[in-house]
Amino acid sequence: MSQVRNTIIIGSGPAGLTAAIYTARASLSPLVIEGEPSSTSDQPGGQLMLTTEIENFPGFPEGIMGPELMQRFKEQAQRFGADFITEKVTKVDFSQRPFKVWVRDQEFQANSVIVATGAQSLMLDLPRESELIGHGVSTCATCDGFFFRGHEIAVVGGGDSAIEEAVFLTKFASKVHLIVRRDALRASRIMQQRAIDNEKINIVWNSRVTELHGDQSLSGVTLTDTVTGTTSQLAVTGLFIAIGHKPNTGIFTGVLEMEDSGYLLTREGSTYTNVPGIFACGDVQDHVYRQAITAAGSGCSAAIDCERWLETQH
Amino acid sequence: MADGIVTLTSSTFDETIGGASKPVLVDFWAEWCGPCKQIAPILEDIASTNSQNLTIAKLNVDDHGDIAGRFNVMSIPTLLVFQDGEVVKKLVGALPKGRLLEELSEFLPASQ
Repeated sequence: MSQVRNTIIIGSGPAGLTAAIYTARASLSPLVIEGEPSSTSDQPGGQLMLTTEIENFPGFPEGIMGPELMQRFKEQAQRFGADFITEKVTKVDFSQRPFKVWVRDQEFQANSVIVATGAQSLMLDLPRESELIGHGVSTCATCDGFFFRGHEIAVVGGGDSAIEEAVFLTKFASKVHLIVRRDALRASRIMQQRAIDNEKINIVWNSRVTELHGDQSLSGVTLTDTVTGTTSQLAVTGLFIAIGHKPNTGIFTGVLEMEDSGYLLTREGSTYTNVPGIFACGDVQDHVYRQAITAAGSGCSAAIDCERWLETQH
Repeated sequence: MADGIVTLTSSTFDETIGGASKPVLVDFWAEWCGPCKQIAPILEDIASTNSQNLTIAKLNVDDHGDIAGRFNVMSIPTLLVFQDGEVVKKLVGALPKGRLLEELSEFLPASQ
């Protein structure tokens, strides 16, 4: 507790772990507070822990599984001496140096902090949603798809991750309804084509899920047409939610400058936040690109910004 | 598999659960499940420090889906605690160590 670190990295997705590799190689002995286990993307390794095959991360022409890629990132950081603790930061004090970071009542101090807490999946916010998680409602297609062999199920969302999940789930389900709010998909062209080409995927346009049904487990959902307002029933035993993300910035409210949506603001062309010595990288400050490779790139920038800033402080 | 964790199969499940003199926690998991891997070291830790109070066991749902189906497991990781052959606790989803210990406190010594 009395030890003042050169740098603490909060988060361990592609951004945090790349920052860890670079700061560790620069002999800054980073401490990575990597987060704690959960079945949402707010977990050590981040969003890729819930994905299957990554086809677009350079250097892996055959593709690589998300969890394996993150394990490799971590081993590379450990090889150069990064320390890890599997806990979630509960409070920060960036008002004076050394900066303070707490995990419950355990205090850590550092001369700089790299924030890479990422983003987590949004939920529908419907009554009974949380009690039906694990009983038909799922935030993790790779974890739960297996249990829906031969079932008719639905995926909510129109972006790349929704389509990735829908396509993955056709390996098990007899039919996958993709429920999309508008009359178009937000996803990239290649993913759209995959959804359209897949005979097991039925796209339900202009619809929102407005009610969940089922006692012990999900038996169906009510859909509301976003244009006409009419409702209809869809009998599905599984509902996979992929409607977008929100940044994990709750602990930085009132501490770091952020957009109304909660994304951290960084100084143009850098990873500097409004507090000198605090840097932000990855999805926590990026709602535009949100890719593993762009997160890793900004993690590298944060490490270099941090290293250079520390040198000016002597 | 770490010391102290019992690997269950479809053929050993009933015998192990039915014949147990202390509670048995069964971790339903699979190789392809990221969150399952996150809680594995926590369960190994509990197994090595609390083996006199609670048996920790694992069941691979890929290989033994019939058992998962019997207990309506629709999401992994799911942890079921069995006492005298009955399910007395069900935990769905990966939990951090502190929360998990809290949830299992009734099966662990008070000092935990």
